[in-house]
Order: sequence, then structure tokens, then C-alpha cells
Amino acid sequence: MRCAVLLALATACSGCSSVGPLDPQGPVGAAEKLILINSLAIMLTIVVPTILATLAFAWWFRASNTKAVYRPDFVYSGQIELIVWSIPILVILLLGGIAWISSHELDPAQPLDSARKKLEVQVVSLDWKWLFIYPEQGIATVNQLVVPAATPIHFSLTSASVLNAFFVPQLGSMIYTMNGMTTQLNLQSDRPGRFHGLSSHFSGDGFSGMSFELQAVTDGEFDRWVAEAKRAGPILDENAYVALSAQSLDERPAIYRGVVPNLFHSIVMQELAPGPGPDAGSPHPVAPIPER
Amino acid sequence: MTDIATPVPGFQGDPYKIGHRHHGRAEVGPASTRIVVAYGFWLFLLSDIIMFSALFAAYAVLAGSTADGPTGRDLFETPRVAVQTVCLLLSSFACGLAAVAARLRSQVWTQIGLLITGLLGLAFLLLELQEFANMIAAGAGPSRSAFLSAFFALVGCHGLHITLGLLWLGTMMAQIYVKGFRPPILRRLACFSLFWHALDIIWVALFSVVYLIGAHT
Amino acid sequence: MQMLGKLSWDAIPLNEPIPLVASGLVAVVGLLVLAWVTFKGYVPYLWREWITSVDHKRIGVMYTLLAMVMLLRGFTDAIMMRAQQALAFDAPGYLPPDHYNQIFSAHGTIMIFFVAMPFVIGLMNFVLPLQLGVRDVAFPTLNSVSFWLTASGALLVNISLLVGEFARTGWLPFPPLSELQYSPGVGVDYYIWALQISGVGTLLTGVNFVTTILKMRAPGMGLLRMPMFCWTALATNLLIVAAFPVLTATLAMLALDRYLGFHFFTNEAGGNVMMFMNLIWIWGHPEVYILILPAFGIFSEVISTFSSKPLFGYRSMVMATMAICILSFLVWLHHFFTMGAGADVNAVFGIATTIIAVPTGVKIFNWLFTMYGGRVRFTTPLLWSVAFMVTFVIGGMTGVLLAVPPADFVLHNSLFLVAHFHNVIIGGVLFGAFAGYTYWFPKAFGFCLDERLGKIAFWFWISGFYVAFMPLYVLGLLGMTRRMLRYDVPEWHPWVLLAGFGAVLILCGIIVQIVQLVVSIRNREQLRDVIGDPWDGRSLEWATASPPPVFNFAVLPNVEGEEAYWGIKQRALSEQRLGEEPVYEAIEMPRNSPTGFITAFFATVTGFALIWQIWWMVMLGLVGAFATFVVFAWRDVVEYEFPAEEVARIDRERRRARAAALPTLRQPT
Repeated sequence: MRCAVLLALATACSGCSSVGPLDPQGPVGAAEKLILINSLAIMLTIVVPTILATLAFAWWFRASNTKAVYRPDFVYSGQIELIVWSIPILVILLLGGIAWISSHELDPAQPLDSARKKLEVQVVSLDWKWLFIYPEQGIATVNQLVVPAATPIHFSLTSASVLNAFFVPQLGSMIYTMNGMTTQLNLQSDRPGRFHGLSSHFSGDGFSGMSFELQAVTDGEFDRWVAEAKRAGPILDENAYVALSAQSLDERPAIYRGVVPNLFHSIVMQELAPGPGPDAGSPHPVAPIPER
Repeated sequence: MTDIATPVPGFQGDPYKIGHRHHGRAEVGPASTRIVVAYGFWLFLLSDIIMFSALFAAYAVLAGSTADGPTGRDLFETPRVAVQTVCLLLSSFACGLAAVAARLRSQVWTQIGLLITGLLGLAFLLLELQEFANMIAAGAGPSRSAFLSAFFALVGCHGLHITLGLLWLGTMMAQIYVKGFRPPILRRLACFSLFWHALDIIWVALFSVVYLIGAHT
Repeated sequence: MQMLGKLSWDAIPLNEPIPLVASGLVAVVGLLVLAWVTFKGYVPYLWREWITSVDHKRIGVMYTLLAMVMLLRGFTDAIMMRAQQALAFDAPGYLPPDHYNQIFSAHGTIMIFFVAMPFVIGLMNFVLPLQLGVRDVAFPTLNSVSFWLTASGALLVNISLLVGEFARTGWLPFPPLSELQYSPGVGVDYYIWALQISGVGTLLTGVNFVTTILKMRAPGMGLLRMPMFCWTALATNLLIVAAFPVLTATLAMLALDRYLGFHFFTNEAGGNVMMFMNLIWIWGHPEVYILILPAFGIFSEVISTFSSKPLFGYRSMVMATMAICILSFLVWLHHFFTMGAGADVNAVFGIATTIIAVPTGVKIFNWLFTMYGGRVRFTTPLLWSVAFMVTFVIGGMTGVLLAVPPADFVLHNSLFLVAHFHNVIIGGVLFGAFAGYTYWFPKAFGFCLDERLGKIAFWFWISGFYVAFMPLYVLGLLGMTRRMLRYDVPEWHPWVLLAGFGAVLILCGIIVQIVQLVVSIRNREQLRDVIGDPWDGRSLEWATASPPPVFNFAVLPNVEGEEAYWGIKQRALSEQRLGEEPVYEAIEMPRNSPTGFITAFFATVTGFALIWQIWWMVMLGLVGAFATFVVFAWRDVVEYEFPAEEVARIDRERRRARAAALPTLRQPT
């Protein structure tokens, strides 16, 4: 029955993976999927026989089976001990090698190989939305990330209040955002598309609403989008940032046509106060259920 | 329910047959209460030292996070700390003398030794409280910076142990006075001296890591 | 109103029907039980025989009972979460976020601290002295204090249901979310003080058991003659002694931040969030081995007993156990590979983590070869064990997968991770606890549990487990993160529904287990274990009667081989008579003491007062605790004498039953 369940899961997985890390859309995600599958395959070579042997031994040596030889004195065997210690050690040597090499190759801070100039994006997690600042373009967005496809993107990330993690499953690596600190992440989308992004570290009542869409577009579309963004919308100055840093749920995507310089730096250096949190005092601050 | 299988044929008592029937010294059964109590208390002290090492680690991490506030150099008064250290070391010495007196079953000298232990401990504690009060009055309380938080927590935790030790000491003296040198009382006295000496060891670490290094860097 | 600190009528969730009804129900049931107990006149009996008992067997039973009751609470939370996620596709579901967040926080906290911990500690309590061939643990009264402090923590968590709120931060309160600024309510305070109080209890248990194992063994019981369960218990308790102080220190720092404006983990003034992560996982990773190692010990006992063979590769198993014990302290960083620590650090901790798979794998293989050449009897405990072996290698495999940093980069915090740790904690710890519960139940109560119902429960559990948690692996691979209140990705929905169905199957398993207990109690005469050795056991707990007399062994057994009782039994069987009747002597036993109960009472008062900042009550609680300590230290008579004639009478009865049974047992050929 268990095998049937596993089999069903495996087929189901391969059939429906139109979201998530099993359907990668960029080099980082693809490399990580490969590591995932390789590691799994290496381990399955001993896990499957072990499971089968467990069931087989238990069944064959059942008390009612008169054909099975009872060997109550079979309690130690040097050869078997050697084998049972060396099999896992060999597997771990192999996996350890994979872990060592891949940790270095896929270090999130490692720039991606590409002839094209990378795009800088600064990411700030707020209660409970994402702020994306494009320092080179001088614009910013909330809960919406538009990037050129096939171009490496370098993210600098921080948090305005509590811990979060920035994650676009189909592009690969997630990374924490922490107040007063900057983390680095490099991702790339191979082709244009729309990808689901979310916070993958619980951050409070509005956590589930911190999903956003990453749109990878062609270069021309990206330039047009930037030009359009610069035409309308408010400017993200310090007052606007303070207003934005208050807690709010399920923010709609928004665009700022301009950003004061060094906003990200001021947030990281805590020159701008961290997000205020809820109103203190009430033991039951009730967050309204948003209308969908 | 009583599903009994066939037992081992030719059972020898060493089913592993790898010849380790004679290992170590002969096992003579449960140890005496004195050993068991002391052993258990040692383990407890070890766990206490691990708790302190977590606080030490936190202090080491946060020592530089002064948030533009005062540093150890601005705050620590080495002479005061030296006096505190002397108090505590002498207190431990007095505690040792009390233990010797207890072995000789001398009620008077045991009590005197414990009294001196306690008074010196109290002196240490008062000096520490005065230091804390001065720092807080100067605006260098635990809320000033992460460094000061770690400092107050680490030193304060040691002070809290001294306080609890003093309470224990008072109870101990009363017990010795009322009940005399019974075996359980002697065991407790032994545990108390272990505790008191352990606090000394922690203080020595604290003195070096926090005050000596802090005052000179 | 100031008199009561932050406490006021607002603390009662009058406008929220779900917690109000739930807590009201719990309170009513609790009161009914109390009323029934009082009405039936059981209070003096309970006080005398259980509440003040310092007998390790009674305390073990109470621990296990606490774990089972809390399992119901924790499982209720689980069902509510599954229901919320089943309903919350493109919809708000039925729970507001603040309630949902409390539920998953409470679920994790309860399952780890108040189900898994008391379950394994309860089994160790009951079994260790029996297997070591001694009369009690090293410090019996301290043992009672430990239990009641754990119960006090559990009580505080349950009080939070009705008065105030529980933490909304997850089972580990990561700052800065858990700091006063972002969690101003009392939820995190409930968490902190419930865990501090029960944590002290656990630490004292660790000290107690390490001392017991290393200093209190029957004559001849060398370390390498101890049953495997004693070894794993030793490793677990060493880990407790080494790891729990770190938890105490970490929670104390968080408490200082919240109560006195310290800056250990705050955003301001140089506080360091990453330090919390490191500290909490330096405790947290050993903690999972604290839970799983005793389960490994139980499986070793069960597989060996029901294969009618000694444990295969005993010394190898000892080595593997101690290797796990040490390695478990070197891997904590794998819980936050995604913090951006750099490739070298991640790789080193990743490899260190995979190395733990080696001793664990060795254990699996040794169990496998224990069955090889055996005569495997498919009783309920064995079913749990075989299911464990199959399930645990899957959980171990996904665990090693998560230890490869780049794989973790896409799976961390996802439902894949949730599936992994449920896979090892349910498939490992809980299955082990159930195996141990069924295996030692006749020893504790003198009658076996109903096998047929036990097997039905087992099949519900195992199928429920796979249906509930395999879909979570899939969801993780589909990019679904944990702790989501609602979601709008259509690919996730069917798997969430399937997982919910699995939870229902598990519910059936739990119901059957309750029925099994009731039926077994009713049929206890048919299920009676007369000779005290229902499974053809191999270690010393089966040498004494079921249930064992208060002193466990009339005379301490003399251990002459690796399987102490097996040797004695084989000699008796081949000679068709028991050994010579020993000379019975009077036995000194520790007197019962209310110290534990009273200490825990004051601990609860102090904890509650700290949570609501009722400072006079805090002082009262502390003074009360100190007074209890002084009074306890003052008592003169700590032991009583069990007369020799009484010992003789009890033991002769046991010998009579055994002697009568001898001819009916199969003989050595």
C-alpha cells in the first residue's frame, strides 16, 4: 500500500509541477532541481533496498514460517558490521562532495555568469508587503516585481521590521531578510513569464498576504514599463516610507515614480525607525479578514 | 498472550561471543547515597556552567554592540572589582574551613566559618549592587545598549546565584544548629561548598572576560 | 484593577466563539472529572498513592497520561489547521489570522514539550530502574518535582486558551516578531514561562537519570551489559543536561527583552536576531535527538524481544548511539542555511549533518539483522517497529536531502520540511512511544492491551500518517510554504484536501486507541499477565511481577551476562525450577512527599503572575517556593522500612506463579 502511495505521489508530482521548484525557470532553480534529484537518486539506491529488506526479513522470518531457519545465536558478524558502517559512509562521502561543491557554486551571494549587465533590485520586507526599489531606474514597487528576462538580477535584501524570507520558487534560492542587515541573492529567469513569489518565513498576522508576482518581460517591455512607471504615481520619500511601514494586510501592487536616494541604505543603517508593529496593549488585536 | 518462543539452545550467558565478559572493575551494585548525591550535584553544576556559557557567548557576541553608548572602558572600575574578587575568594576559603570544621564535628567553628562565608558573600553582593546602581544612575542601564544588556544579564545572573547561595547558606546554618552533623546534613553541606566554589570559578572567568578584557580594550 | 497587573475581563475571549467554547468545554470536562473524583471519595487515595508518590513507576504512568491528554489537545489543533487550509483556497477559511497563528504555535509547542517529551520521559521513568535492576531512581522526590513542574507548564499552556492568548509566533518564538514591539500581548509570555517551568523539570530529570544510570545499577550490571534502552536513555539525558540550560538562558534573554527593556534580540540598540537563531538551535537540534534516542531504544527492545533474538551488533549500536549524541551538537546551523552565512559555513554544517545519517543508518541495519534468523511475532509493538523502520528511512532520506544546502534553499520552511519532521517525529518518536506503551503496559498494570484493537489502531495510524504527510512533501515541492492561513494557487488545493483526509484517518486511529484502553480495562481478567513476562522478555523488568511491587525487586538481581533476565530464565527452564529462595530482608523505601506538587503549585502561581505582571503574586509564589524548600529540607524521616515478612510474602507469590508456569513454557532444546 505504501509503495502504491509513493508511486502515486511520484506520478502526480511529475504531472502537475507547473509551480514550485520542480518546474524551474532559471539557471539557479534548474541547478538546484538537479541537485535535488541527484541526491534523491543516490539515497534511493540504499533506501529502497532497505525498505524492501525490512519487509522481506520481517515476513520471511515470521514465527509461523517453518521453512525459515531460526538462528538465535546470530548476533554479531564482523563482516556485516563492516558493511553496515561502510555503506552509509560511502553514500555520505558522495553526498558530502555534492554538498560542498554545490554550496559554493550556488551560494546566493555568488554573481551569475552572464555577458549581460545585471539589474540591481533592493528588497525590503515590511509588515506585511514587499517593497522593491530599482536604484538604477529610480522607481519602486510594492508587491510587484518586473524584471527583464534572461538578465541576471542582483537582489540586496533587508527587513523593515521582523524576519521574512524572499522566495520565488520557480527561480530558485530563498533568503532571509533581517532588520539592520543586508543579504544578497542572485537570480535569473530564462524566459518571459509570470512567477509566484512569497514570504517563506512566518512574520505575523498578515504573513499569508505577502505573496507577489514576479513578471519577467522582454527588454523592450521592461524599458517601456520603467518609462511608464516614471510618469505616474507618488514619490517614495521618507514620509511616504513611514506611512508604508505601518502594518497593513494584502496590499495591492503599487508603483512609485520616484524614490529618495539611499532609502535602502537608510533602512539598513536604521536611520529610519523599524516598522512600528501593532498598537500595544490589547491582548486580542483583531485583524480583519480581507475580502478577496 | 504468553507467546513463548523456543529459547536459545546451549545458552552460555554471553550471546555475543566476542569475549567481553570481563570488562572493567567488578560492578558492585548501586553506589552509596553520599556518592550518588555528590555525583548528581556535580551534574547539576555542569548544567549550570553550560547556562553561564550561553550567557558568556551572548556577551562575547554583543560586547561590541554599544549603540554609541558607553563601553566597558568607560564604565568598569577595576579597584572595585578587585575588592569584590578578594571578598569572593576569601569567602570560598572560609567555606573550605567550615567544611574542615564540620569534618571535625565542631559546631562552633563550622558556624563561624559559614558566617564569614556568608558575610563576605554579602559584601560582594552589595558591592555589585552598588556598581549596578551607579551605572543605571549614569544612564548606562541594561536598556542602553545590547552590550550593557549582556553585561547586566551575565553579571546579574552570577549575582542571583550568590543571592540564592546566601539563602541556602542561612538555611544550612539553621539546620546544622538544630539537627547537628547528621549524614544528610553533611551531604548538603558538601553540595553547598561545591556550589560556592563553582560560583568562584565562574566569577574568575567573568572577571577575566568581562572586566579585565573590557576595561583595557 | 492595578492589583491584577495586566489582567482584566478583556482577557477572556468573550467575542470569539471558537476558543471560548473550546476552553469552556475543557474547563467543564475538567470540573466534571474533579467533581466525580471528589464525589466518589477518590481524593485521599489519589493524594496518597499518586499525587504525592515518589515511586518511579507511578510517576512514569502520570507522565505518560499527561502526554496522552496533551496529545488530544495538540491533535485538535492539528485538525483545526488542516480544516482551515482545506477551506482557505481563495477564501478566508473559518479562522481569523490571530487565532490560526496561535493554533499552529500551540500545536508545535504542545506536541514537542508536552506530548513527546513527557511520553519518552514517562517511559524512561517507568522502565529504567526496572531494567537496571534497582529499586528507584537516584533522587525520587526530585523526580516527583520534575513531573509536577512539567504538568505546571502544561497547565499554563492550557490556561492561555481561556485567559488571554497563546504565542502567535510559531513554536520557536523568533525575534523580533516575539519582542514586545511586535507581540505586545501575553502570548509569548505564556510560552516563555510555561517552557521555563517545564524546562527546569526536564533538566532535573536529566540530572536524575544520568546519575541513576551511571551510579545505580544492579550488582554485575556493567555498562556494556545494560539493555539498549538504558544506553539510549543515557545519551538522551546527557543531551538534556547539556542542551536544556541553553534553552533556559535563551528564553531568559527573551524575557529580559520583553520585561525589562533589554536589547538581546531587538531591532534597536545593537540587538542581534541571528544570535537567537544560533542559541535556540544549539538547544533545538539536540532536542530532536533527545526525543528520538529513547524511541530507538524502545525499538531495539521490541525488535529483539519479538524476534526472539538478542539485539544484533550490540556494541555497534552503543557506538552509534553515542556518536549521534555527540554529533547532534555540531549541526545546528542547518536550520538556517538560508540566512546567507556563506558557502563554507553552509557546506561544513551540511556535511556534518549528513554524517549523522551514518550511525542512524547503522542502527537501521542492525535492527534488520536482529530480525534476520529470528522468529518474528507480529504483535502490535512489533508492527509499530517495522512501520517505524520503513517510515523512518524515508524521513531520514528527506532529512539528508534538506542537509544539502542548495536543496534546502528551495525547500526550507516549505511543507516539505514540515513533512520531513513529522515523518521522523511521528514515524520515529510517536511510533516508538506507542510501541513502548503497548509493550510495557502489562508490566505497569498487570494486564495486556487488546491486540486486535491495537492492530486496527495501528493500521488507521499508519495509513493516516502516509495520507496526511506524503501530500505535504508534494506541496513543498510545489512551492507551498508552511503556516499559510490562505492561498490562491490552485495546484495546491487537492493535496491540501488529501492531507486533511489523512488527519481524519489518524483521528480514527486515536479513537480506536481510546476504545482499546477502555475495552482492555473491562476485559482485564482475560488479559491478565500472571507470571509477569507476557512477551518472553529478555531484560530485568520482566523478572519481577506485573505490576511490580513498590520495591521492584525483593532482592537485587545478580547480573551475569548481557541479557540479565534471559540467562536466569533459561537456567530455570532447563532445570525446571527457580533458583533458591533468597534471604528476604527489610527494604528501605523513600516516603511519599507532597513537595513536588506544592512546588509546582507555587511555580504555576509565579508563572501566571509573571505573565500578567501581578508583582505581589510573583513575590508570594517565590516566597512559597522557598518555604517549601526549607520545609522539605527540614523533614527528618525520609524513608520507611518495608518489613521483611511482607517482602517475603509478595515475592513468594511471584515465585509461586512463575514455578507453576514453568512446565507450560517451551523448553530449551
